[in-house]
Amino acid sequence: MSTLLRADGVTMRFGGLTAVDRVDLTVDSGEIVGLIGPNGAGKTTFFNCLTGLYVPTEGEVRFRGALLPPRPAKVTRAGIARTFQNIRLFAGMTVLENVMVGRHTRTREGLLSAIGRGPRYRRTERESRTVGRELLEFVGLGGHARETARNLSYGGQRRLEIARALASDPGLLLLDEPTAGMNPQETRETEQLVCAIRDRGVAVLVIEHDMRFIMNLCDRVAVLVQGSKLVEGAPADVQADPRVVEAYLGAPQEETA
Amino acid sequence: MNKHLTAAGAALALISPFLAWTWTPLYPGDLTLYGYPGGSQLVTLVCALTATALLAAPRLAPAGAVRALRAASLAALTTTWVTVVAIAVDLGGVVNLEPGAWLAAGSTALLAVGAHRLPDDTLDPPRPVPRLPRWAEVLVITAVFVLAMYVLTYGITTGSPEEFLAFLPAALFLGRALTVSGLGAALGALTARNRTATAVAALAAALVFPFTQSDGQYTAIADNILIFAAVALGLNIVVGLVGLLDLGYVAFLGTGAYTAALVSGSSFSTLDIGPLPFWATALLGMAVSLVAGIVIGAPTLRLHGDYLAIVTLGFGEIFRITVNNLDGSSGPSLTNGPNGINSVPDINVLGFDFGAEHHILGVEFGRFANYYLLLLAVIALVVFLYSRVGDSRIGRAWIALREDEKAATAMGIEGFRFKLLAFAMGASLAGLAGTVMAHLQTNAVPDNYKFADTAPPNSAFLLAAVVLGGMGTVSGPLVGAALLYLIPAKFEFFSKYQMMLFGLALVVMMIYRPEGLIPDRKRQLEFHEEAVTT
Ligand SMILES: Nc1ncnc2c1ncn2[C@@H]1O[C@H](COP(=O)(O)OP(=O)(O)OP(=O)(O)O)[C@@H](O)[C@H]1O
Ligand SMILES: [Mg+2]
Repeated sequence: MSTLLRADGVTMRFGGLTAVDRVDLTVDSGEIVGLIGPNGAGKTTFFNCLTGLYVPTEGEVRFRGALLPPRPAKVTRAGIARTFQNIRLFAGMTVLENVMVGRHTRTREGLLSAIGRGPRYRRTERESRTVGRELLEFVGLGGHARETARNLSYGGQRRLEIARALASDPGLLLLDEPTAGMNPQETRETEQLVCAIRDRGVAVLVIEHDMRFIMNLCDRVAVLVQGSKLVEGAPADVQADPRVVEAYLGAPQEETA
Repeated sequence: MNKHLTAAGAALALISPFLAWTWTPLYPGDLTLYGYPGGSQLVTLVCALTATALLAAPRLAPAGAVRALRAASLAALTTTWVTVVAIAVDLGGVVNLEPGAWLAAGSTALLAVGAHRLPDDTLDPPRPVPRLPRWAEVLVITAVFVLAMYVLTYGITTGSPEEFLAFLPAALFLGRALTVSGLGAALGALTARNRTATAVAALAAALVFPFTQSDGQYTAIADNILIFAAVALGLNIVVGLVGLLDLGYVAFLGTGAYTAALVSGSSFSTLDIGPLPFWATALLGMAVSLVAGIVIGAPTLRLHGDYLAIVTLGFGEIFRITVNNLDGSSGPSLTNGPNGINSVPDINVLGFDFGAEHHILGVEFGRFANYYLLLLAVIALVVFLYSRVGDSRIGRAWIALREDEKAATAMGIEGFRFKLLAFAMGASLAGLAGTVMAHLQTNAVPDNYKFADTAPPNSAFLLAAVVLGGMGTVSGPLVGAALLYLIPAKFEFFSKYQMMLFGLALVVMMIYRPEGLIPDRKRQLEFHEEAVTT
């Protein structure tokens, strides 16, 4: 099993605040890795460092062995896609168009071919459309392709964000709290979806607060507390670790949920 | 009961245009005849006919007829009352009103009251519209464009402010009737199914216009509208698709115009070039504007929102001030300063002199009609480029940047590059329009390219045309440009208050219809479903 992502000593400082502090993390291909931690631990900031939205103050990120430049477009092209904690869809575009935007880095039709519309352009557009529809089917939005994205249900919007990310043919998918605000049933459906994504050969790094989700899905879990990685290991071990319990609850206690 | 009231109002309103409204032909349009509707009576007649049709055959309106009927009744009411009041004011008193005018005023009021008391029958979703065979669809599209062109022609050729004032509210309210009846959406679907036919029909309808004009007076107005519209459509790429507020866009029109003037062979030109053939001038104008777009865009497009607006406003003014100073005394000699470059000769394409009269199909084509044809080609090109690029990978990237820049960046879209592309493309289209403008107006002077002025094109009016018409659509800026050109041109006597009225109109518009007259289907939701959270 090869290492897909390797983050080495990633540090992010905002003025005096160290939001992410020398975090090392690896994700192997075929893995689902969980990233947990209390609010404000720096999980989202760490994602932003991985995807080039932030330039890490220190440290480096390698993907498939190659150093990742901190430029979102290059990161996406290299094969890392993400979703956002607060849904960020292209609300005014149709559901299908959203997914087609996800194909951006995998197509290269420029101005002239858009004007000329030769056979190659038409083939690429058709392909983008087909891939888009297939992905919508995959996340369970098959019947909604022509709707405007903002008219989807909350759960539908989350799934559309995943489909849009998958459209860039990623090797690694970063999910930032994919079940936030979902009811238990939607959460179970998302679990199945993440499993199915792994079965497509896409590794997943997921931030989540729902412990059942983490226990059911993850091969490995890393815990981030106040910017640094506290522990890392199998979900059951991590859950039982007294340091983790303390980080969440402040004092030695019983079960977290 | 209300139905009868409405029907009675409609019937009387139908009769009234056939009566005399005043006793003297002094009022524009001659409203003194019995049995023959003239001038603004025609507008009342059309409004009353629309209302009658909606009343008699409500199934015509897929989304429910009553709201459309109300809009039509308001059209009849406003246009009739404008005319009646104008007669009284113009001729000095209500004694100048004949019984026909009283009947018209009363019946349209009756119609409006009745229509507004009918119960709402809005259908959501609308009734499905039956699919027609293809030839019939094409026929419908053609008819619609001919009708639209007729309405526009009527507006352009109104000979007096009174007639235009009676035309305007009728056109707006009937447009509203078209929208709320659901026919607008049905037409939209129809044109979307027959893109090529739509383009051909639109072009054909527009081509008819110069054949209906005997002198150049109104064709000149149409020319100016077309230039204004072409530039507004270019600006729509930047504002409507990418969502960048550009307040200095007119500078690119100016760049194109100055480029064309400099190489036109005019004796005022400081360059000893030319006259170049027009295709070369056009390409050169586009190229220079494109470079200007990149030069201005490269340092500014990293800014966001208000900052970008302010900086582009500054660059727009810098352009005007620069051409004002490149006069050989306060700067290098290039543009003759405030005097500009005059005596730009007419375009000559392969021996076809745009300044001379030609006979085509037995119809005399004067100078303005020649330019009209050229400008139609320019508009067709701009629309073609706009819709092709707008509906492509690039267009999707633009709209994605507008909708959520951070998410777009995360999807791998290089924001700066695509914004610069939009900026450059918009600039070069404006430059193209500018090259024609220099020849049409026979000059290029700094004062034509201001930020704000009482007449278009200027940056404020261009932006207003896009916003008023409907951002991100093709027809929106065209309609917006036509309205914004015609209103100041027809109400010259208002000139003192023009800017104030203009501002007032924009404020009203932004309150009641922020998505513009012709809304982008998707945008409309954005403005009217604030409740949806993301
Ligand atoms: N752009 C920024 N500028 C300054 N401080 C920031 C910035 N982004 C994040 N932070 C700070 O970094 C810390 C970590 O925030 P982050 O959003 O990464 O936490 P999180 O683990 O994702 O929390 P949650 O579970 O609530 O999503 C917080 O204290 C936050 O205020
Ligand atoms: Mg977070």
